[in-house]
Amino acid sequence: MTVIEARGLRKVFGATVAVDSIDLHVKEGRILGLIGPNGAGKSTALNAILGLTPYQGELRVLGRDPWTQRDQLMRDVCFIADVAVLPRWMRVSQALEFLTGVHPRFDRAKAEALLARTDIRHASRVRELSKGMVVQLHLALVMAIDARLLVLDEPTLGLDILYRKQFYDSLLNDYFDRSRTIVVTTHQVEEIQHVLTDLMFINRGRIVLGCSMDDIEARYREVLVNPEHVAAARALKPIHERQMLGRSILLFDRADARQLAALGEVRTPGIADLFVAVMGNQAGMAQGAAR
Amino acid sequence: MNTQSNALSAMSPARPLYWLIRRELWENRYIYIAPLAVAALVLFGFLIATLGRAVATADPARKAAVFAEHTGFVELLIMGTTFIVALFYCLGALHGERRDRSILFWKSLPVSDLDTVLSKASIPVVVLPLLTFAVTLATQWIMLLLSSAVMLASGLSPAALWTQLSLAEISLLLFHLLAIHGLYFAPVYAWLLLISAWARRAPFLWAGLPLLAIGVVEKVAFNTTHFVTMLGNRMGGGDGVPPYPMPDSAAMHHALTLPALGGFMVSPGLWIGLLLAAAFLAAAVRLRHSREPI
Repeated sequence: MTVIEARGLRKVFGATVAVDSIDLHVKEGRILGLIGPNGAGKSTALNAILGLTPYQGELRVLGRDPWTQRDQLMRDVCFIADVAVLPRWMRVSQALEFLTGVHPRFDRAKAEALLARTDIRHASRVRELSKGMVVQLHLALVMAIDARLLVLDEPTLGLDILYRKQFYDSLLNDYFDRSRTIVVTTHQVEEIQHVLTDLMFINRGRIVLGCSMDDIEARYREVLVNPEHVAAARALKPIHERQMLGRSILLFDRADARQLAALGEVRTPGIADLFVAVMGNQAGMAQGAAR
Repeated sequence: MNTQSNALSAMSPARPLYWLIRRELWENRYIYIAPLAVAALVLFGFLIATLGRAVATADPARKAAVFAEHTGFVELLIMGTTFIVALFYCLGALHGERRDRSILFWKSLPVSDLDTVLSKASIPVVVLPLLTFAVTLATQWIMLLLSSAVMLASGLSPAALWTQLSLAEISLLLFHLLAIHGLYFAPVYAWLLLISAWARRAPFLWAGLPLLAIGVVEKVAFNTTHFVTMLGNRMGGGDGVPPYPMPDSAAMHHALTLPALGGFMVSPGLWIGLLLAAAFLAAAVRLRHSREPI
């Protein structure tokens, strides 16, 4: 079952191309991380998927056109757009009542059970809550909706590490199952590494790398090269090289595992290091093309 | 899955509208606080005046006249308050949610832009007139009871007072509020909602400037003032005769006749206004669909 299907998705603001003809194919039961620098086009792509902005190209979310059928789509799709978009005047009890009133898939008892684990009181207004509590509240509301697709755009921005950890733990343990799909963007790359099933690097409106986490483990190897083997290792064409504590760490794409093992300690790279390597090469390629 | 699709189909189309209107009242509490506060203030003043006059005048007929004057004043005051509330509300209704980005939360729910705009338009067109009616009537009844109590206490018969709040007068008030404040002013509210959905900042300025510009261009180009006159008449001022019976006027009891009501309901002014209102609201729905947070 395909949840998001995009072909040639494109969005232009004046002279700026925010999303440049990307193809997307997200299947049910996946947790996709969209990673990219600021202004890469992540939020624009998500806004198109959520029916918040018009676009060019073909896009179907759960079989619907998000731009013309947003209200029907939102029965099955849920999103946390940004921190602090909950209306500040609203009381927690009013949020529960309102969602019960307008959302056919909202389970009030579940939301209340989730809120009972926090310090949030029902009589509080959103403006009286701390930043972390607002996110907790929003997540409780969203997790109580029996949606098929959940989109999170920088959900933990500005939160301390304790809240961030709780956020993803709660999402994985209390919400996610194989019939749901989650798309998430964040700058805190390392924190979602163990959460994701799929990864997509996006830069200048284009997809630079898109594959499953299993593929990443199969394709990419990071080697802490022993000093005597550095020259030999460089000959194997690493995609990236960095120095740490006097040792060279080289990153390889589709290299022979046995050859690498002879050079030093081999491990799977972190997303952040992979991101730096892939994006760095991108910039190099762009410069090369310009010349 | 089966129970879920049942739940979906069981949700009546009126249900979201009901919750959206409640939502507006949660957010904009001044909608009912303002008229209630004015009513409380009037009652306070009336209490002092009644106690004072109870000593001064002993003539029941004179008292009835003073009372009629007061109840008419209450009507105008509360109506004026809710009219200002309506204008203020409309200008902020579709602007505030974009400014504080909460529109992103509202749009994450299965609620259409049409329902949202309709719920916001129903505040000035339906909710405020009914609220004005209820508050005005309650205030007048309390005044009646207060006056009667004071008169009884000073040994007078309050019977003359009790002819004041006749059924005819109450019906006229309700009609006036629903027809004039609801329907006749509908294009004004719809225009303000449209500006509120469109303007990036200063909706108050944008609501007035284009109208002023049209008036100025007309004056310079043709040396006429039709547009300004029309606007003035619509807002109830100007030199034109109001197209509806005014409550509490001398002819009030005669004005509430079927021909008068019928005449207003089929007058082209009302229907042209309603068509304009519908066009403005349709444009506001389109803008709500495409506008992003500011």
